[in-house]
Order: sequence, then structure tokens, then C-alpha cells
Amino acid sequence: MALIDLANPTRFLTLATRVLPWLVGLTLALFAVGLYLTFFVAPDDYQQGAVVKIMFIHVPNAWLSMFVWGVMCVAALGTLVWRHPLADVAAKAAAPIGAAFTFLALATGSLWGRPMWGTYWVWDARLTSVLVLFLMYLGIIALWRTVEDPSRAARAAAILTLVGAINIPIIKFSVDWWNTLHQPASVFRAGGSAIDKSILVPLLVMAVAFTLLFLTLHVAAMRNEILRRRIRTLRLLQARMTNAGARA
Amino acid sequence: MPLRALLIRDIRIALRIGGGALTGVLFFLAVVTLIPFALGPDLALLRRIGPAILWLGALLASLLTLDRLFADDQADGSLDLLLTGRTPLELVVVTKAFAHWLTTGLPLVIAAPVLGIMLNLEPDALVIVMLTLLAGTPALTFIGVIGAALAATLRRGGLLLPILILPLTVPVLIFGVSAANATLTGPMPFGTPFAILCALTLFSMVIGPFAAATTLRQGAE
Repeated sequence: MALIDLANPTRFLTLATRVLPWLVGLTLALFAVGLYLTFFVAPDDYQQGAVVKIMFIHVPNAWLSMFVWGVMCVAALGTLVWRHPLADVAAKAAAPIGAAFTFLALATGSLWGRPMWGTYWVWDARLTSVLVLFLMYLGIIALWRTVEDPSRAARAAAILTLVGAINIPIIKFSVDWWNTLHQPASVFRAGGSAIDKSILVPLLVMAVAFTLLFLTLHVAAMRNEILRRRIRTLRLLQARMTNAGARA
Repeated sequence: MPLRALLIRDIRIALRIGGGALTGVLFFLAVVTLIPFALGPDLALLRRIGPAILWLGALLASLLTLDRLFADDQADGSLDLLLTGRTPLELVVVTKAFAHWLTTGLPLVIAAPVLGIMLNLEPDALVIVMLTLLAGTPALTFIGVIGAALAATLRRGGLLLPILILPLTVPVLIFGVSAANATLTGPMPFGTPFAILCALTLFSMVIGPFAAATTLRQGAE
């Protein structure tokens, strides 16, 4: 099945209904394995104790916060270059999920920071650039909610997504610069350069599990968005018909 | 030259009654006046954070007037003429942004030393703040045109503009302030952040007009 066939929303809906149960099952299975590995196999850190388990949630969320922006960029290209109708839906559905992952990365990082650094928040380079990324997600969501016509909103959001993608590395670089200017690197101790296999394997399993979770949520959100648009069109038609009936 | 005519027209509109030329400077003045009320009249503290205050005020002031950049043209129909004209839309955007910078960015740069004296800045710090603003405010305008184009294509976009644009201005603010602080704090040389600031300005001059022109074209369909 070529990508162009999916331009037909009905076809996508059938595919989504067929794929979703498998995705849900696979996600649940991987989370079961990943959580088991996290809590029973991966050793506690000699310094951090059990608190290090937060990492297995925190790192996949942080990775997804950027991965979802990448998905939105591909969708934005689909909207602007190929006018693929499904790309609009994909971009719109991805934004809140990406914002949620970014928020979770910030929140878990903050909870991790409290026992380790003694504070919930430091103006560290990574934290700050993820915060800016979170603001950009919120901006995109706000843009989607401002425009009534979905296809017009899609094109505006697509341009902003691409501009954001160009800017994310620049923001990251400048925040790094700013950080080294303002405070010495006291927070991250050098050390543990190579991650041990007993930690790496659970981490990778959790990363794949979270990625599958994103795929599941994304497909489900796209299906909901298509159905929502159908309802909107039906309502508009109905209103028009009632108007015509009243006039007659 | 249609571009020169456009430049002159935009400057005239901005300077006329109801134009936005003075609004930015007045807003700048108001913001910088408010900050000592919040911090207290401690001149040593104000001198230390003075460049940052000036930069923040200039950033907010240059964003304030941006949402009218294309919205007014759209309201009176001249945007449609610009869109259908033979002059490339990207150049039109560059011209309009330049006119906007001349009428709002440049006054900010000129007003900055006066406000800097009120913040107890040294003479050489005044010069450096002025230089960084001169190099940096065009970047703010050219990043802002993207938001202005979005605001024109969306009916209620005006309030949205700062939310969309402010995260993108983070690098300009960082390098502007760190170049401006060079005389105060010492260890950081002035040259490197200033060069990066200039690079950001040039970079946004390329990205901004293309993104804004694409937005306007897409919005017109």
C-alpha cells in the first residue's frame, strides 16, 4: 500500500482499526518487560540508590520530546510540499502528545533533581533548552486552536514547525553558551562515561516502549481527529440545510 | 523602483498620526522606568543589570508593533496588490521589515543611551549597548516578520504573536546581553558574542523573509 493511498481517510481508518490492537498489545508487553528490567534487574546506583530508577522514565521522555518534533517536521513537509491530507491530521495530533512528553521529561527531571541536586529546578543548559522546546510546543498548539479552518491552520502550523526545527539547534547552542557563562559546571559530575550493559539494556527497552506508546497514541489521536472533522463537516451541512429549510 | 516606493510609503505611514513609530520607544521608556520601581533605586545593582534591562525592553518594544506590519495592509487590500505584483514577495517582505526597523528599531537604538544614563551605566558601556542593539534589533525584526505574517493570515493572531516569536528570540537575547556585558564582567571577550550576534542577524535576514513570504502566500489561498 503506497503512502498516497492513505490520503483517503476511510482507508486510513480501516488500517488504524486493524493496527491499533496490535500496537496496544505490543506497547503493554514492552512496558511490562521494561519495567521488570528497571525494577528487578538494573542495579541501584552506588551513590544515588533507588532514585536512579527515575532515569528509565526520564530519558525516554526527553528523547521523545525531540523525536515528536521530528515527526511534526515530516508531517509539515507533507502538508506544504505534497498537500497530503493526512499530514495535516498527523501534525495536529502529534503536537499535544509531544508537549505531554516534554512536560513529563521536565517533571521527572525536576523530581530527580530534588534529591540529587537539592533543588527542583536549576537553570542548567539542558533543562532550559527543553523548557524553550516546551514553550514552542504550546505555541504550536495555541496556533492550531486559533484558526477555525483546519487546512489553513495546518499550513500556518507547518511553517512554524519548520522554522522551529531550524531554530532548535541554535537555541540549544546558545543556551549552552549562556550556561557556561553564568555558572560553572557543578551539577554534572564527570565520571561514568560508558554506561554498563545492565543499565543500558533496560533503558533501551524503555525507550522502545515509550516510542511505541507514542505511535499508539498518535494513531489513535489521528483517528479521533479524522472523526472530529467528519462531525464538524456534518454539523456544517446540517446547519446549512436547516437554514435553507427555514427560508423555504 | 517599486521597492523604494514601498519603503517610502511604509515609513510615511509609520510616521503619520496613528502610525507605530513612536509607540515602540514610549513602551521602551515605560518598561525601563518600571524596573527600578520593582528592584529598588540601588544604583550599583542597576548598573550591573542595566544592559540586560535595556535589551529586554528593546526586545519587548520591537515585538509590540510588529503585529500591524502586514495586518494593516491586509485590512485595506494593499497586501493583495503586493501578492499579485511582479516584485518577488520575499523582497517585498525584506523592504517592509527594513522600513519597520527604521521606524521602530532604530529609535530604540538611539534612545538606549539616554535610558542607560538613567540606569547609571558607564560611558563605554553605553556605547557597547548601543552597538549590540544596532547589530541585534534587525534580527528581532526579521524573526518577527514570520509572526507578523502569521498574524495577518489568522484573524485573531495578534495576541498569539509574542507567544510564537519569543522562544525564537532566545539566542539573540543571550548573545546580545553577553556582548553588552563584556565591559562589566570582564572575563568574556566582546568580539565572540558580538560576531555571533551579527551572524544571527544575517541568518534571520535569510530565514525570516522566506518563511514570511510562504506564510503570506499560503494564507492568501
